[in-house]
Amino acid sequence: MSASGRNDARAAVMARMREALQSGRDGEAKETVRARLAASAPTLVPARADLDPEARIQLFIDQAKAVQADVERIERFADLPETIADYFRRHNLPMRLVKATDDRLDQADWNGGLLEVRAGPPEADDPVGLSAAFAGIAETGTLMLASDTDHPTTLAFLPETAVIAVPSDRIARAYEDALHAFRQAGQPLPRSINLVTGPSRSGDIEQTLQLGAHGPKRLLVVLVDEASGDAPIADIKASAGHQ
Amino acid sequence: MQPTSLAFKDNVKRALNDRALQSALALAEGGFQKNRAAAAARLPEFEALRDAAKTLKDHTLAHLDLYLEAFEQKASEAGAVVHWARDDAEARAIILEICRKADAKSVTKSKSMVTEEIGLNEALETAGIQPVETDLGEHIIQLAGQKPSHILAPAFHVTKDKVSDLFAEHHGRPRVEEPEALLGEARAFLREKYFQADVGITGANFLIAETGSIVLVTNEGNAELTQGLPKVHIALTGIEKVVPTLDDAFLLLRLLARSGTGQDFSAYTTLLTGPKRSADRDGPEEFHIVLLDNGRSNMLGTGFQDMLRCIRCGACMNHCPVYLTAGGHAYGWVYPGPMGAVLTPGFIGIEEGQHLPNASTFCGRCEQVCPMRIPLPKMMRHWREDQFQKKLTPPTARYGLAIWGFFAKRPSLYQFGTTIAIAALGLLGRAKGRFRWLPLASGWTGSRDLPAPAGTTFQASWRKQRGRT
Repeated sequence: MSASGRNDARAAVMARMREALQSGRDGEAKETVRARLAASAPTLVPARADLDPEARIQLFIDQAKAVQADVERIERFADLPETIADYFRRHNLPMRLVKATDDRLDQADWNGGLLEVRAGPPEADDPVGLSAAFAGIAETGTLMLASDTDHPTTLAFLPETAVIAVPSDRIARAYEDALHAFRQAGQPLPRSINLVTGPSRSGDIEQTLQLGAHGPKRLLVVLVDEASGDAPIADIKASAGHQ
Repeated sequence: MQPTSLAFKDNVKRALNDRALQSALALAEGGFQKNRAAAAARLPEFEALRDAAKTLKDHTLAHLDLYLEAFEQKASEAGAVVHWARDDAEARAIILEICRKADAKSVTKSKSMVTEEIGLNEALETAGIQPVETDLGEHIIQLAGQKPSHILAPAFHVTKDKVSDLFAEHHGRPRVEEPEALLGEARAFLREKYFQADVGITGANFLIAETGSIVLVTNEGNAELTQGLPKVHIALTGIEKVVPTLDDAFLLLRLLARSGTGQDFSAYTTLLTGPKRSADRDGPEEFHIVLLDNGRSNMLGTGFQDMLRCIRCGACMNHCPVYLTAGGHAYGWVYPGPMGAVLTPGFIGIEEGQHLPNASTFCGRCEQVCPMRIPLPKMMRHWREDQFQKKLTPPTARYGLAIWGFFAKRPSLYQFGTTIAIAALGLLGRAKGRFRWLPLASGWTGSRDLPAPAGTTFQASWRKQRGRT
């Protein structure tokens, strides 16, 4: 289609909407929209996760387990390789993983043990991907991953097993609070923000739940209690209420 | 997609005799319905969220042009290309042009009802481009050469046995029967398709004006591989999907999975903002967003505007006695169930979709479970009125209604007539208490008996009753 054809379509759809809404789009409507976009806040956040930090972490763990994630809690990032190797042994997985390049993950020594480790995006046959989450969401046991050069999104989707580490002080109450951290930092959103709640699943065959449809069959969440060095997200609370 | 909605009655007859379909439909009560009720019960704020969601979407629709403008500006700033399509033909043309420029041989797709709405797969095939559906349910029905029968679970009507047959025939591997093995086989088969695809096509559950992002929701993780691996990503969606802010999107996301599958949250929710950044090591180089009107703007400012609040959760069909008896294919187009009975006439015309608003007993369960509080029965009634005015209703029904109307407007005549008729019917049916046949009532008595009336009218009983209190 030509460029002018495209503009015609836009103009026609806009004109139909404006006619239907009976608005020449006066200043008042524009101001309403501008103000709402400029000062966003959640309308209603369930009270479920309004808890003190430790109870909130416990809720996160319970909710993640309820959606078939495996959860380990450790003290230090340095313990990650051993925790992961143990998990691999228990699940009979090959001792091979591809990981994100991440300051927190790299506090551990990845070359000392039995694991064969590579950094970067995964290939089709990599059995395990290791990434680090931007935040965790207590409300539903969800992990929030932010993409950038060092955190390719495919790490959490392509391999059959995904391991995602998240510092305990990055467990937020609600999705909105974690996203508000981007606003507070004045950063544009990364290309991809992935919210991961349990391993991949499908109910498409006779409504029977099966794990590992296209994404990982297995999800290991590793909570690390050591201070992340980032601003603790647990304290952020997107201010309430348009209404 | 070519509608067969006019053949609704024949479609239903076929569905009623399809035992495999009937056994699949019977699963909904213990599955979707039970799970939704449990998810709603787990969240004390569920009803308050529904109210807030309705308010939010009403506000957005009242300012739809402005929020779309804001979305377009932010998405463009982030490096996405926004296209507008008045109708299905324009949307197909835009997508085909992008595919041709990318020299595409094959495209992967994650489940999108809007691509069904514009008949995209057929158009791609005609242009020599192979569309590969990656959602497990869509993959099954693509192999079967069928169309989705449910907006969440497209292969809702297909039995496990049939899936085994289809996979054995098309995957070129020995027949397997266990769901886990079937899933593993589909995973392996589709895995290489992701890497071969030149373009990935998805829908979008929401558009966020604040950031120019789109939101994708899946349980399988197939949308992430569909959009993330090829060098071009196209997202096609309807203009009504825009919400003002990130916070607003998450308000609706709290309702979406709970209402549909009964999960607290779907396994994967992805926010995409612009194409691959220069330093990123994965992601598409081009990101196109196609905004489709196709009849939506015609619903604005009319009695059907409320329908544009729909977030496509599937709750209405999961709880509809008509859908759960007739199945999705009977509706004859993309959107089945109560939401389809309202949307389809809006999109393909009331002439073509005239049977669908009548495929309801007005039991009201759809409205009870709709997270967006859409008055679905009321809007089906709007369509019936529209039909009556356009003289699309069959003559017998029109004459019947005219006769009834004549009497209903004359209460004393009405009472006189009904008193005699009810007394006569009561007398005639006294022996058996039911009728096996009555003139002009074969539609009812053809498949069941009509209970004989008690002998007095409701109005007479009412007068008597009131005298007593």
